[in-house]
Amino acid sequence: MIITKGMVLSDIKLEKRRKLKDRIFQFMVIGFSVIAVIPLLLIIGKLVKEGVGQINFDFFTRTAPNTMEAMVAVNNNETIPGGIANGITGSLLMVVMASVMAIPVGVVTGVYLSEFGNSKFAGLVRSIADILQGVPSIVLGVIAYLWVVKHITSGYSALAGSVALAIMMLPLIIRSTEETLKMIPVTYKEAAFALGVPYHKVIYKVLIPSGLSGLLTGILLAISRVLGETAPLLLTALGSSMITLDITEPVSAVPLLIWDFYNDPNMVSLIWSSSLFLMGFVLFLNIMAKRIAKKWKIQ
Amino acid sequence: MKSEKITKIVLLVTAGLIILIAAGMAYSLFGGAMPVFQKFGLKFIISSDWNPTEGRESYGAMPFIAGTLLTSLLALLICFPFAFSTSLFIGEYYRGKKIGSILGTLVDLLAGIPSIVYGLWGFYVLKPLIVNLGINQHGLGIFTASLILAIMIIPYATSLSNEIISLVPNELKEAAYSLGATRREVITNVILPSAGSGIVAGYVLALGRALGETMAVTMLIGNANIIPDDLFGMGNTMASVIANQFGEAEGLKLSALIAIGLLLFLITALVNFLGKLIMKKLYS
Repeated sequence: MIITKGMVLSDIKLEKRRKLKDRIFQFMVIGFSVIAVIPLLLIIGKLVKEGVGQINFDFFTRTAPNTMEAMVAVNNNETIPGGIANGITGSLLMVVMASVMAIPVGVVTGVYLSEFGNSKFAGLVRSIADILQGVPSIVLGVIAYLWVVKHITSGYSALAGSVALAIMMLPLIIRSTEETLKMIPVTYKEAAFALGVPYHKVIYKVLIPSGLSGLLTGILLAISRVLGETAPLLLTALGSSMITLDITEPVSAVPLLIWDFYNDPNMVSLIWSSSLFLMGFVLFLNIMAKRIAKKWKIQ
Repeated sequence: MKSEKITKIVLLVTAGLIILIAAGMAYSLFGGAMPVFQKFGLKFIISSDWNPTEGRESYGAMPFIAGTLLTSLLALLICFPFAFSTSLFIGEYYRGKKIGSILGTLVDLLAGIPSIVYGLWGFYVLKPLIVNLGINQHGLGIFTASLILAIMIIPYATSLSNEIISLVPNELKEAAYSLGATRREVITNVILPSAGSGIVAGYVLALGRALGETMAVTMLIGNANIIPDDLFGMGNTMASVIANQFGEAEGLKLSALIAIGLLLFLITALVNFLGKLIMKKLYS
């Protein structure tokens, strides 16, 4: 602070007060920001501490134990036998099916929006994709129940679960595709057109390859979003104690198994290892996706 | 030129599929909700009766609407100081610095944790903590659910405002600094007025997220089908009642749950629409 001749004592005091306020404000910003991320560290810490002990080879290769087996093991103070193989296969099955449904439709719609984004129809499609993105996942579960469980497989099924997940992935993929393709310089396209390349080839030989990293990031993020979803699967896939690849039968999924373990007092100790696995996988995909985005950014 | 036409048609039809899906969703929800609205009329929305006993069946959505709004708004309130500080940390104080981007990554990771894991952590860590602190006896209820929701929506509340705060033109800030303003004064007098609506839009979108959260809330709210009478009491949200009761529901009860799903869909769509509207105003 510059003290000049005309300043009186009260001015100096005011100056000091302002500086002090500034300091306090900064400390509060830093303090609150640090507190905001502490839960993340606490959650990871808790999962690692409680979960790591349960993870072994069996954990990935055997199906979930039934209540009796678990109870006997708990009573004898042994580790609970079995693993989450049925959950892993179920999750994979549903995510793969959801991807098969959502990726083509999402990418093509994204291409449409980036190519013809100014038409009225495109505006409508964009707003609807926005609305879809905001629909709570449990409501998508209700939808998939009404569509698939009731009318197609007449019972809980993997197909129903994957339909719910696919609707969830769609708007995410549409949005990321549109935004990626918009960043590709028009000159790429013009060069291809000038060479007489037909339109559909321009799309899949020029547009999509040059935006591939962005598309991949969007797809991976969408997958990591739906992998951890529990609520819609409760109403659709239901869960199963066996490994099954029949899409018309109920299947389990890792988050569904966590829910089952949580509700069964005998198996409660399995929640941490399964959660650790689930979260590790989801965060891994997340970080991978962002890595890809950074590494191959469109120049 | 024929292939060009075909390509255009394929693009158009695929995009049209999205509209078809959305229309189908609305149709199915309305259709499924019809029986309960036919029986109770619009009273279904304001009634607070929830009685599945056969013969005396009576359904009302009010306890769940109240529970949803209460937990979400409380969560927004709790998350505000943290989210706002984080945005300033990333978008202003440590913009472009390593520590700023580290905090940004950590906050992003918060969004990657599955809802059920938040629920478990809330149940096994937060709940005992709340009991020990003497806030309430059983540790479950509106407050606990809001607390976990607040943590969950921090990344959504910040992502937009980080960006908007960091986009405030340097000239504006420098002008204020050159007049002798402190950083806090720059923030309150320059950054907030110019980034304000963007920050608000971010919180509205975060509210939209909170409204539909299911698993974590279901595990912590206590699942009582009543209009919560105080912030530490138990309650139920629209999402959690569906998650809890859908499995064994049939007939009129199923229709009531679908109707709740429809109302939840409409409420979140409205909130998201508001958020988008504020954003649009901002960019135009």
